[in-house]
Amino acid sequence: MRTRVMEISVGAFMLAGILALILLALNVSGLTVSDSSGSYRVTARFENIGGLAPRAKVTLSGVQIGQVRSIGIDERMLMAVVEMDINGSADYLSSDSSAQILTAGLLGEQYIGIIPGADDEMLKDGDAIENTQSALVLENLVSKFLFNKVTE
Amino acid sequence: MLDQIQALGRYGLTRLGAVGRSGMLLAHVLVARPQPLKMFPLLLKQIYFVGVLSLVIILVSGMFIGMVLGLQGYTILVDYGSEQAVGQMVALSLVRELAPVVAALLFAGRAGSALTAEIGLMKATEQLSSLEMIGVDPYRQIIAPRFWAGFICMPILSAIFAIVGVWGGALVSVDWLGIYEGSFWANMQHSVDFYEDILNGLIKAVAFGFVVTWIAVFQGYDCVPTSEGISQATTRTVVYASLWVLGLDFILTALMFGDL
Amino acid sequence: MDMFDDIIINIRKLNFSRGDRAIFRGLDIRIPRGKVTAIMGPSGTGKTTLLKLIGGQLLPDSGRIELDGANIPTLSRRDLFEVRARLGMLFQSGALFTDMSVFENVAFPLRVHTDLPEDMIRDIVLMKLQAVGLRGARELMPSELSGGMARRVALARAIALDPHLVMYDEPFTGQDPIAMGVLVNLIRRLNQALGHTSIIVSHDIKETLGIADYVYLVSDGSVIAHGTPKELAQVESEQVRQFMQGLPDGPVPFHYPAGEYRAELMKGV
Ligand SMILES: Nc1ncnc2c1ncn2[C@@H]1O[C@H](COP(=O)(O)OP(=O)(O)OP(=O)(O)O)[C@@H](O)[C@H]1O
Ligand SMILES: [Mg+2]
Repeated sequence: MRTRVMEISVGAFMLAGILALILLALNVSGLTVSDSSGSYRVTARFENIGGLAPRAKVTLSGVQIGQVRSIGIDERMLMAVVEMDINGSADYLSSDSSAQILTAGLLGEQYIGIIPGADDEMLKDGDAIENTQSALVLENLVSKFLFNKVTE
Repeated sequence: MLDQIQALGRYGLTRLGAVGRSGMLLAHVLVARPQPLKMFPLLLKQIYFVGVLSLVIILVSGMFIGMVLGLQGYTILVDYGSEQAVGQMVALSLVRELAPVVAALLFAGRAGSALTAEIGLMKATEQLSSLEMIGVDPYRQIIAPRFWAGFICMPILSAIFAIVGVWGGALVSVDWLGIYEGSFWANMQHSVDFYEDILNGLIKAVAFGFVVTWIAVFQGYDCVPTSEGISQATTRTVVYASLWVLGLDFILTALMFGDL
Repeated sequence: MDMFDDIIINIRKLNFSRGDRAIFRGLDIRIPRGKVTAIMGPSGTGKTTLLKLIGGQLLPDSGRIELDGANIPTLSRRDLFEVRARLGMLFQSGALFTDMSVFENVAFPLRVHTDLPEDMIRDIVLMKLQAVGLRGARELMPSELSGGMARRVALARAIALDPHLVMYDEPFTGQDPIAMGVLVNLIRRLNQALGHTSIIVSHDIKETLGIADYVYLVSDGSVIAHGTPKELAQVESEQVRQFMQGLPDGPVPFHYPAGEYRAELMKGV
């Protein structure tokens, strides 16, 4: 009888551990099981990506529709190349959509905002977004502002 | 002068001897051919003593630490208008650092000291000797199940600590301080990565469980079989295990997250 | 016929020391098979140590300890454990497993070394407990036993597997006269009915001489006299007489080696 109680509580303990791990995975890290299967990949080139980092959000009108996969350099054009995974369900982006790098709040993290275009053809896996707008770099803004002040 | 040098030398030699013996013990535990059928009931019992009985202190501490993190995070972040980020702060600090480290420290105090005292007392009352004379290897019967139980329980306790802590943080910042629930969880999920943060945290917990039970079991097995001997060994378990956990945490953090 | 035609343990030129203190110096002992051999000697001469050396728990500095021809100190760890499974040892302290009931303690050797079904284990355990008069105490935990009871349980555990060789370290201490008589009978019966070899370490001269076939008197690191109880009673040596009759003064030292008593007292702090 005593061993039965012990066995049951050990079983419950192990289950609690597994449950905790699952909760950590799903609720805390937001791991989704069908992660990359239902997504397509597009790239975009930027003059300057500012503080954009892998796994940053990709949004449409502020709603997340994907995330940044990797960031690299296009050695020919000397520009930053950003690869992003867009959710498969977001299949309504026209091929002339543009991408811009935005900042959440004044000092918050940076993310990509997509502005849809008007073309009939839709973006698909492997496409590139041609129209981009780089990150606003605070230092550049400040120095531009000061420079203008001085020349006035 | 020469006496002091001699004392230093003797101290060094005894220390070195202890390191060697602890290595031997580990080798015996790892090499011992596992006999799953015989080991299983013993292991079960030890998981009960080492894990299940540590659960209460882990739950309570995890909860309070999460709540404090929520409160502190809120008061700091609200000055920058980014109190939404409190979820990510709570979750990251718990998952990466506090859950494995604090759970391991509590584990050393709660389970490690008990292991040392129990094994030490078995030695003092000749139970280990009488096992040997019955023809049963104490490494197999006594040491190995306790060692593996600690190894198994630590990651479980750490995961439970983390999830309870996150819940405590949510309780304070969402329910009491009124942060918007959606952004609390969304920010958290966005910045916590399963492989990078959660799995690395679990790896830490496994490493800590290994070190803490190794120290606890060795100190018990190697103690001077008297009352003072056992009490000193128990103290040593808590002190050494805590120091090792903290030092190892720095090394693991540097390897996993840092660019050192 | 000489009982030393068939010896089970042969100890030759055994040297053993604890730190700087020599416990045994060239000890020679032969234990005949199927007999009761008593090892006697003043407290602290190393009788318990000798049993531990035979069990392979301590390693001698030099010398051989042959058990059925195998030299114990040179056995590998695995062989040693196999040999031990065929030995029974009653520890001076009893050394029961404190986390198991009396029943489980006695059943333990059976469970680890045999694949007997549960009801058979139960029968054997109850038989052994009955033999030491503690069948009714089987559900008690070791902490609930008196010293004498604990020792009897330990005895039941030592003989649970019916080992060929049983070593008893002070089996009679702490027993009342009735239990003592029962234990003496038990040891003799095990020896006569099953042919067990027994080694008894004891200070109870009367009881021990009553069942022993052969006696070794050990003092100061070596055997000072040996023989059958009858032979020993006739030994002229003053040492032997002193020990057998329990006189405090004589050639056998009662004190642990120490400096001169009066000198030490006079030295002050
Ligand atoms: N662990 C130990 N470390 C150092 N010395 C020890 C140890 N155990 C025993 N000794 C020493 O070894 C000697 C023999 O001890 P042992 O226990 O074998 O004596 P004994 O003959 O069994 O005595 P008794 O009849 O009182 O049981 C003692 O003088 C003791 O001081
Ligand atoms: Mg003794």
